[in-house]
Amino acid sequence: MIAFIIRRLFASIGVLIAVGLIAFVLFRYIGDPVNQMVGIETPESERVALRQQLGLNDPAPVQALRFLANAARLDFGISYQFKQPVSELIGARMPATLELAFVASIMSLVAGIPMGVYTALHRRSALAKLFEALSLVGISLPTFLIGILLIYLFAVTLGWLPSFGRGDVVHIGSWWTTGLLTKSGLKSIIMPAITLALFQMTLIMRLVRAEMLEVLRADYIRFARARGLSERKVHFRHALKNTLVPVITVVGLQLGSIVAFSIITETVFSWPGMGQLFLQSVQNVDIPIMAAYLLFIAFLFVIINLVVDLLYAAVDPRLRVAIHGA
Amino acid sequence: MTAPLLSVKDLRVEFATRRGPLTALDGVSFDLAPGEILGVVGESGAGKSLTGLAIIGLLDPPGRIAGGEIRLAGERIDNLPPEAMRKIRGRRIGMIFQDPLTSLNPLLRIGDQLVETILTHTSLTQRQARERALALLTEVGIPAPEKRIDGYPHEFSGGMRQRVVIALALCAEPALVIADEPTTALDVSVQAQIIAVLKRLAREHHAAVILITHDMGVIAETADRVAVMYAGRIAEIGRVDEVVRDPLHPYAKGLMAAIPTLEGRAARLAQIPGAMPRLSAIPPGCAFNPRCPNVFDRCRIERPPPLAIGTRRAACWLYDRGEVASPAKEAVS
Repeated sequence: MIAFIIRRLFASIGVLIAVGLIAFVLFRYIGDPVNQMVGIETPESERVALRQQLGLNDPAPVQALRFLANAARLDFGISYQFKQPVSELIGARMPATLELAFVASIMSLVAGIPMGVYTALHRRSALAKLFEALSLVGISLPTFLIGILLIYLFAVTLGWLPSFGRGDVVHIGSWWTTGLLTKSGLKSIIMPAITLALFQMTLIMRLVRAEMLEVLRADYIRFARARGLSERKVHFRHALKNTLVPVITVVGLQLGSIVAFSIITETVFSWPGMGQLFLQSVQNVDIPIMAAYLLFIAFLFVIINLVVDLLYAAVDPRLRVAIHGA
Repeated sequence: MTAPLLSVKDLRVEFATRRGPLTALDGVSFDLAPGEILGVVGESGAGKSLTGLAIIGLLDPPGRIAGGEIRLAGERIDNLPPEAMRKIRGRRIGMIFQDPLTSLNPLLRIGDQLVETILTHTSLTQRQARERALALLTEVGIPAPEKRIDGYPHEFSGGMRQRVVIALALCAEPALVIADEPTTALDVSVQAQIIAVLKRLAREHHAAVILITHDMGVIAETADRVAVMYAGRIAEIGRVDEVVRDPLHPYAKGLMAAIPTLEGRAARLAQIPGAMPRLSAIPPGCAFNPRCPNVFDRCRIERPPPLAIGTRRAACWLYDRGEVASPAKEAVS
């Protein structure tokens, strides 16, 4: 098991170095960093001095190595637009995005799995048909529309929930902030989380439904019935567990996507997360932020994939052999 | 003769389709005495497995029992509510399926699968159930069961898995075990062992067995009686030695002639020309008439009922002596 994790970590480092080089190309060759940093009236002599000072005259491999070494220390340089270290900017906004993604994922799992199981077991019932109709809506309505509808209903018309921002936050440790411990923070996260969760929930529901229908046809389910086990045991102990491997895969990758692409939801709800920061950096060609964001997302997916692989082994003993033997 | 453990009368199974119902089993009748082993043979699609599934109440929709009755120890079980039928499954009727590789849940330890089955049907404690699981594994011949009980199915060979499946089917000491091709998916070298285990356990636990297979050799060695099925009907049923040595029904004759023997090695194996009809195209009269070497006019018009010949019954007009045996006074050896 330990050997497997170490091997995977080495592979992960390879992936991150590759992504780091892409980030470097982005950083170095899209636009001129000096032009971005200085004003229009800056004389050419100062530009040359700055160029020398930033090391932009060194050979490309040297620059690339320097970029990677700095990235490994979480030093992504100074943002062009904010004139602040990029790592601080991202660090300040990361908790908001991660918290939103976490809450949305929990919501989609807690609602999606039972709905999927229910629609698979009671295919002809009215409630199952309602769920399936809703899932069609959830999968086809664009995120921003759902967000705006929610704001119109719960913030504008009913006035129950705030329409923007994160509410009051509490500091935990040196840099993590959480809105989950205050009343206004909790109220603020409901609508963005639902908006983000709706698509995931329908996806999980449809996946669980399809997998359940498949597994319920399996021989071991028929044998479990032939042994007189109760329907509940057959469904939840024997069938549901066998649907989990594909569900884990999709949920893991979707969690990555939620974090990486929550941009629209964050914009609709003015959520002070990384998505907004990334959008601003694109508008202002703030390359250091984009490069750092790229690396962060790659890191996130690498970690998620590792966790997903370990969860496979926890669920399916047949995969444990492969991992132990590795 | 003792009262039959299982009595199937005029069983009819239909599949609802868009073009109307398809009759998959028709007029299947037989009795089974306690402790008796009945072999069921026939080609694929003859209705062997369906008969087993109908008895244990696990027909997959759109299949359903459309007529006849099934009695277990005198009590009708074909029309029980699902929950009552579930209590019979595993406790009074056990079933073993064809493929041991897929019969066990791959994610659960075999000990857990045994214990959950034992706990479902008995009032034992967790610890006692585990003791019993160990005893069962010993009985089916799994070496070092205390080491293997916490193993997962994929850690067992095919033969060992089928032993586990047999242990699972026998957990609650059912009076009837339906074994649906229990050795077909196994290596030839293991098949005989599994059949021996099944036979020994059935005897020790006083369980009757319905052994479904297309291997006449297995039937000849194991079963007391044999039912030959064709196109959803029983062509001939009787004592194994009689049916094997001197089959009456032309289809049974063809089937027995197709068994390879050492003496007849040089000769070409006998074949029955043609193929079994599809369910949607069963001919009128006797279902076997298009392939039958002894066919005559009556076979094409009138369907032959099971006719008693000595201790046997054969559904063939060749043996009609004017009297029609009623299923009620059928012969049970």
